Amino acid sequence: MKITFKIWRQESPKDKGAIKKYEVDGLTEDMSFLEALDHLNELLVLKNEKVIAFEYDCREGICGQCGVFINGRAHGPHDHITTCQLHMRSFKDGDTIVVEPWRASSFPIIKDLVVDRSAFDRIIEQGAFISSKTGTAPEANAIPVPKEISDRAMDAAACIGCGACVATCKNASAALFTAAKINHLNSLPQGKAEEHKRVAEMTYQMEKEGFGNCTFTGACEVECPESISIVNIAEMNARRIQTNIIG
Amino acid sequence: MKLDSKIPEGKLEDKWRNYQVKSQLINPANKKKLNILVVGSGLSGAGAAATLAELGYDVKCFCYQDSARRAHSVAAQGGINAAKNYQHDGDSVYRMFYDTLKGGDFRSREANTYRLAELSAPLIDHYVQQGVPFAREYGGTLVNRSFGGVQVQRTFYARGQTGQQLLLAAYSQLYKMVRAKKVEMFPRSEMLDLVVIDGKAKGIIVRDLVTGELKRFAADAVVLATGGYSRVFRLSTLAIGCNGSALWKAHKKGALFGAPSFTQIHPTALPQSSEAQSKLTLMSESLRNDGRIWVPKMKADTRKANEIPEEERDYYLERRYPSFGNLAPRDIASRAAKERIDAGFGVGRLKNSVYLDFKHAIEKFGIETIEDRYGNLFKMYKKITGIDAYKEPMQISPAAHFSMGGLWVDYELMTTIPGLYAIGECNFSDHGANRLGANSLLQASVDGYFILPNTINNYLASEIKTTTITTNHPEFEKAEKETKANIQKVLAINGTKTVDHFHRELGKVMWQECAMSRNKAGLEKAISQIKTIRDQFWEDVKVTGDDKEMNTELEKALRLADFIELGILMCTDALEREESCGAHFREEFQTEEGEAVRKDKEFSYVSAWAYHQGDFKLHKEALEFEFVQPSVRSYK
Repeated sequence: MKITFKIWRQESPKDKGAIKKYEVDGLTEDMSFLEALDHLNELLVLKNEKVIAFEYDCREGICGQCGVFINGRAHGPHDHITTCQLHMRSFKDGDTIVVEPWRASSFPIIKDLVVDRSAFDRIIEQGAFISSKTGTAPEANAIPVPKEISDRAMDAAACIGCGACVATCKNASAALFTAAKINHLNSLPQGKAEEHKRVAEMTYQMEKEGFGNCTFTGACEVECPESISIVNIAEMNARRIQTNIIG
Repeated sequence: MKLDSKIPEGKLEDKWRNYQVKSQLINPANKKKLNILVVGSGLSGAGAAATLAELGYDVKCFCYQDSARRAHSVAAQGGINAAKNYQHDGDSVYRMFYDTLKGGDFRSREANTYRLAELSAPLIDHYVQQGVPFAREYGGTLVNRSFGGVQVQRTFYARGQTGQQLLLAAYSQLYKMVRAKKVEMFPRSEMLDLVVIDGKAKGIIVRDLVTGELKRFAADAVVLATGGYSRVFRLSTLAIGCNGSALWKAHKKGALFGAPSFTQIHPTALPQSSEAQSKLTLMSESLRNDGRIWVPKMKADTRKANEIPEEERDYYLERRYPSFGNLAPRDIASRAAKERIDAGFGVGRLKNSVYLDFKHAIEKFGIETIEDRYGNLFKMYKKITGIDAYKEPMQISPAAHFSMGGLWVDYELMTTIPGLYAIGECNFSDHGANRLGANSLLQASVDGYFILPNTINNYLASEIKTTTITTNHPEFEKAEKETKANIQKVLAINGTKTVDHFHRELGKVMWQECAMSRNKAGLEKAISQIKTIRDQFWEDVKVTGDDKEMNTELEKALRLADFIELGILMCTDALEREESCGAHFREEFQTEEGEAVRKDKEFSYVSAWAYHQGDFKLHKEALEFEFVQPSVRSYK
């Protein structure tokens, strides 16, 4: 396969970036999108050029580290996948593919396609945990959790923190990410004790980080590799109102 | 060198309690004055960092990823074992201990293995309390399933994302302590050297992966929680960034390396499809609970799987191991697959895989049940291969997976360098020559949450009396200078071949000669081939960019240089062990039916290697079986 890549290159946060064009031959349909970029990087090294910085780790769709805009869509042309799960068979020989970093001012560019998503960690830091020390747990079956509730918690807990929801949102909102974590913990009996505090503090941090507001267009749900539902956002908002009333 | 494993006295079930009763304590006011560096933020690292901080220590935690939430523990799918006997099927701590010891082919310590089983039950309580959404019955109690190598249902799971859920729990506990300002987190940071002062681990040299700056960190103890090193094979189920550099640097500074050649080959990965492939994706072993493994009875059969009638299918695991069938342990299932593939019965485009078929399970339980149990795995399989496994069988193949070897540690999880600990997959203990499914999340977790936070006090209690070392110490100066020189050396080569080129070369040699089966001639050849790769790497590698920026090529090059040296040690270890056990199958030692022949009289020890000017010296820790008589492992 022969592909023309148009890729965002940016030396550092301070530098001005630009799209650069690369003609790449010798790709195969079996290659993952990231393997195609690996291949391009090997060619660049041999031409004595700097490699394109991009992120990945597990390459199994679960670590959440990979993530770029491909032809204007987060993680590429399909719904509900990560970039590492995208294969070159999704493109045609001779295609031109535009690759850009996540777009959101709360995710500043570090280099080329790599962005800083530490804002997510700071949201987690504000209450995405159950406060109990190691060694203080009661017997696991002492607190029954009905299957429906456990399943619902799991649906929300599946978030991989890749940031596609933010990147694809026209408001660069982190509502889906934050809501997923809040609902995971709030729906379980163990997480109930801190539910109002959790909602208040995590959403406060979300706004402080500069993420936009949610206007329910649903783009995040489409691009989310784990298909996390925007119902979570509605639930988070309802709990926010409750929290505000209760104080 | 005398290796003191520090096994406590008493009966098996009393050892851990006896240890805790006798170990030293540190008063909370003094804990604040003690600093601990934790390298790695996966299940063991995050668990340890969070718990040590809760206890009052001052903790710094490092990871190479952009966030602790990405650590490779996140990718484990199937589950975590615990002896709870919820299913009333006869499980107990002793049975779990015995299964684990036997599964490891009697090449692990009794006391460590027993402790692993003993701490498994409270660990499940702990994770449930942290909010892990484990699978539940409608009434709200926890569900279990069975896993390879055992006949009871003791595996707890959260869909096919158990590792993710446990890791997220550990990560959230870690950030709870970051918020409390008791843990300082350093993401995008890679440890490049260990600083040893007066024979004790006192600090590390770290490269900031964004700016390239080298930084020094001093502490009273260093904990390595850096995971496995199976990327030495290049193609493995591990995350691309997983590396052995921190371990290797510690080894070169005096920490002994235990059982380096014991690498688990996982039977259920997706097959390699081309040379350009960067990794192999694991499909959870839990699939073997309901999936049946087969190949066609006819060699080089070109028919599609669904066109091959029942009587022309060879369910070879069920045929060879009737009592365990598709649930035979990983080493046995992997070798059996290789045997069929090598004999010409492999399927798929490259004829390098076998079928994992859900047809019967779907007929028996209905598609909804199968979807509920494995839905996300089927989805993942379809994303990667384009094949709908509800309609035709999956194609799977063996792949390099878990490293049972790692830094040698005693019962306290301390290496041979005082003050240096190794926890989770990066130490050698507990699993022996083969790790049973769903025991890796368990070991990483108990090491980090329960064991280390107890044992580290024993060392630190005496450290509190010593003078605090600062990063101005000449040993820090020296270590940083050497690290800088090593980086400059790699950048200056400016050769003609890429880092990946050399990694592919190393991977091919390791997979060919030091994976599922090994022999003397092959291993000797491999050692000489790897030495050639090493020499060529240092003459001809090309790394562009410089060291004062984010430079992913440079990161890869530094890791590969260490992998190459580690590869030589792995082959040396495999060559020395003239027996077959667990994952280590020496072709010279097998029965007529092709089963492994263990030689207990000569090889009932942990090999522990010391580094000596580019060469390795073997030390042995004799394994004494006080409570269990080693038996021949049979799953027939």
